[in-house]
Amino acid sequence: MTFTFDPSLKLYIYLADAAFLGFVFLALAGGVVAVGAKRLIHAVLGLATSLVGVAGLYVYLGTHFIAAMQILIYVGAVCISIVFAVMLARPPSEAERAPRAGPGKLAAGFGVGLFAALVLGSAVFATRWRAEPTAVAGTLQEVGEGLLTRYAFVFELISLVLLVAIVGSVVLARRGRRPAGG
Amino acid sequence: MQPAIFGHLEAYLLVALCLFALGLYGLVSRPGFISMLISVELILNAAGLNFVAFNTFLAPDKTVGQTFTLFIMGLAAAEAAICLSIAVVVYRRFRTILADEISELKD
Repeated sequence: MTFTFDPSLKLYIYLADAAFLGFVFLALAGGVVAVGAKRLIHAVLGLATSLVGVAGLYVYLGTHFIAAMQILIYVGAVCISIVFAVMLARPPSEAERAPRAGPGKLAAGFGVGLFAALVLGSAVFATRWRAEPTAVAGTLQEVGEGLLTRYAFVFELISLVLLVAIVGSVVLARRGRRPAGG
Repeated sequence: MQPAIFGHLEAYLLVALCLFALGLYGLVSRPGFISMLISVELILNAAGLNFVAFNTFLAPDKTVGQTFTLFIMGLAAAEAAICLSIAVVVYRRFRTILADEISELKD
């Protein structure tokens, strides 16, 4: 599927392209901050920025519901809980400083990342992507029907996993705490 | 009439590729638990972006990729909750969250 437009709408395409590149910049710059920041709080902020950028790309892909869920679940829940963990797990004296990495680890990380980027990047450009004719348009209604019919088992399984994760994290987090006044 | 930048599948794939490589770099090079968790979230996001991009451009049934991305988000939330509570417990017990220094399961 390629989006083509009436040439008289050229200005709108340029504007849309500029906004698209803005979201790409948000996603990538946030990612760089997330893996490179000195302080953990800054890394979490970078992660949130990157997630918002990816949510913008979801809008460009025509999946508005996924974009909303991305902001709600990732930015609203996961990032906030990471901030809570950063505040709970470290004393204020350490000032949320992320631990420093040795040069060997940095080199290893750089090598692994570059290797993956080269292999996958060559795969992206070497493959002739071929679109199949659309059978199901993928509206929100169809996604919802799929979740309750075809993917009902997976849906229930995910709810079970979430329940176990909630109970497990409550049990884990209570365990190390000394009883009050003891 | 030429398609805009956001009409190319490769644009989305390259963004996801960069996010994946960044996450992999962070996962290998950062020593702390929480930094590693942040990198894992980046990797999962790259996977989700790829799913939705392929879904929009190539797939005949355009609900599959959206459903799968929703499942990825649910699993990522569960994984983050578990990882963070483990990090809190490990910090209380060992007074550090450097992955290299915690080499014993029991103290």
